[in-house]
Amino acid sequence: MSGEKDLEQLKKEAAEKAKAAALAKRKAMEHKEAAAEKPAEPASEDEDMAKKKAAAAAKAKAAALAKKKAMEQAESATEATAEPESAAEDDDMAKKKAAAAAKAKAAALAKKKAMEQAEASAEAPAEPESAAEEDIDLAKKKAVAAAKAKAAAAAAAKAKAARMAQAEGTETAPASDDEKAKAIAAAKAKAAAAAKAKAAAKAKQEGADSALAGDDEKAKAIAAAKAKAAAAAKARAAAAGKTAEAPAEEVKPSVNQPYLDKYVKVIEEHLGKDVIEDSYINRLSKDVPTLVAKREYYYKIAQFLKYNEQLGFEYLSELHGVDYETHMEVYVHLYSYINSQSVALKVKLDRDEPAIESLSTLWAGANWPECEAYDLLGIQFHNHPNLHRIMLGEEWVGHPLRKDYEPYDVEV
Amino acid sequence: MLRTEEMLLNVGPQHPSTHGVFRLILKIDGETIKEAKPVIGYLHRGTEKLAENLQYTQIIPYTDRMDYVSAMTNNYVICHAVETMMGIEVPERAEFLRVMAMELGRVSSHLLWWGTFVLDLGATSPLLYAFREREMILNLLNELSGARLTFNYMRVGGVKWDAPEGWVDKVREFIPHMREQIKGYHDLVTGNEIFLNRVKGIGKYTKEDALNYSLSGPNLRCTGVKWDLRKNEPYSIYDRFNFDVPVREEGDVLSRYHVRFAEIEEALKILEQCVEQFPEEGPILAKVPKIIKAPKGEAFVRIESPRGEIGCYIASDGKKEPYRLKFRRPSFYNLQILPKLLEGESISNLIAILGAVDIILGEVDG
Repeated sequence: MSGEKDLEQLKKEAAEKAKAAALAKRKAMEHKEAAAEKPAEPASEDEDMAKKKAAAAAKAKAAALAKKKAMEQAESATEATAEPESAAEDDDMAKKKAAAAAKAKAAALAKKKAMEQAEASAEAPAEPESAAEEDIDLAKKKAVAAAKAKAAAAAAAKAKAARMAQAEGTETAPASDDEKAKAIAAAKAKAAAAAKAKAAAKAKQEGADSALAGDDEKAKAIAAAKAKAAAAAKARAAAAGKTAEAPAEEVKPSVNQPYLDKYVKVIEEHLGKDVIEDSYINRLSKDVPTLVAKREYYYKIAQFLKYNEQLGFEYLSELHGVDYETHMEVYVHLYSYINSQSVALKVKLDRDEPAIESLSTLWAGANWPECEAYDLLGIQFHNHPNLHRIMLGEEWVGHPLRKDYEPYDVEV
Repeated sequence: MLRTEEMLLNVGPQHPSTHGVFRLILKIDGETIKEAKPVIGYLHRGTEKLAENLQYTQIIPYTDRMDYVSAMTNNYVICHAVETMMGIEVPERAEFLRVMAMELGRVSSHLLWWGTFVLDLGATSPLLYAFREREMILNLLNELSGARLTFNYMRVGGVKWDAPEGWVDKVREFIPHMREQIKGYHDLVTGNEIFLNRVKGIGKYTKEDALNYSLSGPNLRCTGVKWDLRKNEPYSIYDRFNFDVPVREEGDVLSRYHVRFAEIEEALKILEQCVEQFPEEGPILAKVPKIIKAPKGEAFVRIESPRGEIGCYIASDGKKEPYRLKFRRPSFYNLQILPKLLEGESISNLIAILGAVDIILGEVDG
């Protein structure tokens, strides 16, 4: 037994080493990329230091994220050849809409040759806002980034004039009434985006505000300089901004909406109001009703889903984990043969110590999938009858499906 | 005094009846299995990890190598997942080609299962007959895709190649031929008393067990659960065809055998209707972007493979590569019940029970 323990210890240590190496590598990369002065992970026990570091890390991370997102947006806007009607169809999520709008607009406005410029200008405005982004919820962040990217794409399409306008640094270009009106519209759209960012960013954005304002001015100048051509795009941007503010409510409800409502209602009646973190219809996934359970109620909800006679999800179709870098997630797909209904149950776990109750006591079919999730992602399942590394073997170091996985090799 | 002693018996990983690299550690007392411990992972290639660095179209050939006996359904499931996320409408002709390819694959998969299953039980010649007909199917699929096993045939939005001239007619001719042969198979094996003695009432489980252990496909339908995703959650154009979902009540090895045979017949029925309704003209690939990017979000789709429910989960961050890809592999789930089935069984039944689960190790290990 003690020998086994030792082995375990050794393995753990090795894993830690590999992890530390990976971390260091990543740190170095992030360091370069985001030009942050502080290391990316809080490692020391010193509270103040840790706090500071965490803040810096979050900033750097957010910067990278925002940059990445803005770039993607701009990229997809110019690359895509998708039909415009898909924009009308895919009206389910605000984010999707924004992306679609960007695509359609790009098809209409931006030529492929403008791509590099679009990317370049998308980068520029996206970066400064990052400092403000620590606690914003993702959707809002995306909407802001999308709006920025759109403005940037428009700017790129009219790169010459834009650059001229930027050089002048003024926002007083409009000559005719028509143009003035458009410039105002553009400014409104921008202001809406900025206001949203402000509201969302809570307290931590001192420097960012001015940066955002600077962006606004720049964008305004750009819009003013070429208001005529950009007007359509601006209208779209404004519309996208609006939908981002009122997420998904306006879309017509899915056929599965009543089922979702029923599940939520029954669960809340029996288990209490605050056991479900979130519930929505996943439109990308054939409208499956999706429940996000609170960590501590995950097992109870699963149990309830199986045994409640109104729900009766007696079949576990799929279980796996996902590493989202910010957190781990376990995804469970259940099916009820009685009601011919599916439900997706998700739970978010702490990434550093992912652990959750095992469902194999409810559905025997969860046994191996949980082993797989443990093996490849390192998620611990409590009360599992035989949690072992089913694919890679017990000697393997690290969990390959983690995003920061570095292969461990004794020889190296 | 006569007594038995508990001993460990290692089966595999290299053993012909495991159909791949599958290991069983048996604790036996005399000829009775006390405990069976499956060991898998010998063929784990990390498809899901590899896929995180591949574009969607590049992942398709990897799926060929999971369930290599029925690669068409694997091709389909990933394309279907991406299409579902992107909301792509697949042209009719492409759907017909896909369904025909998948159903031909289903027939060939069941044929291979039948041949090797009875081979494991000691009947050597049926395998040759099964492979004779399977070869015809592989030739058909070869003409379609250019490969015999690893087809890489489907694409997001359609298929890669149109059917060559006269291909549909060849399929049309194949259907009655196959039907004729099935009669021969039944004459050869199904009524054989020795065969029946080895499969009847063996490896039994109930409907509740089947559901509890997440079994799917013939392994589930042999217990009386009338459940087929082609029928109950129709995808592609399956809702247009008239076919039955074969079900047996017994839940033993023999019932699985019968379900699979009946499924061959149903697949032939679908093929027959496909051949009749096959559109003469039309595109085989939808208008899709050059670089395929699934929208941000996640999706899980499942379809009916010859072995059961094959699913594909994609979590996308809007890039051209999936953020996370996961396959729900039916063999992996179906195999879980094996230790339970083997407990208390005679060791001579081991091969029949394992064979009837119909596993493909490439799929078990991912």
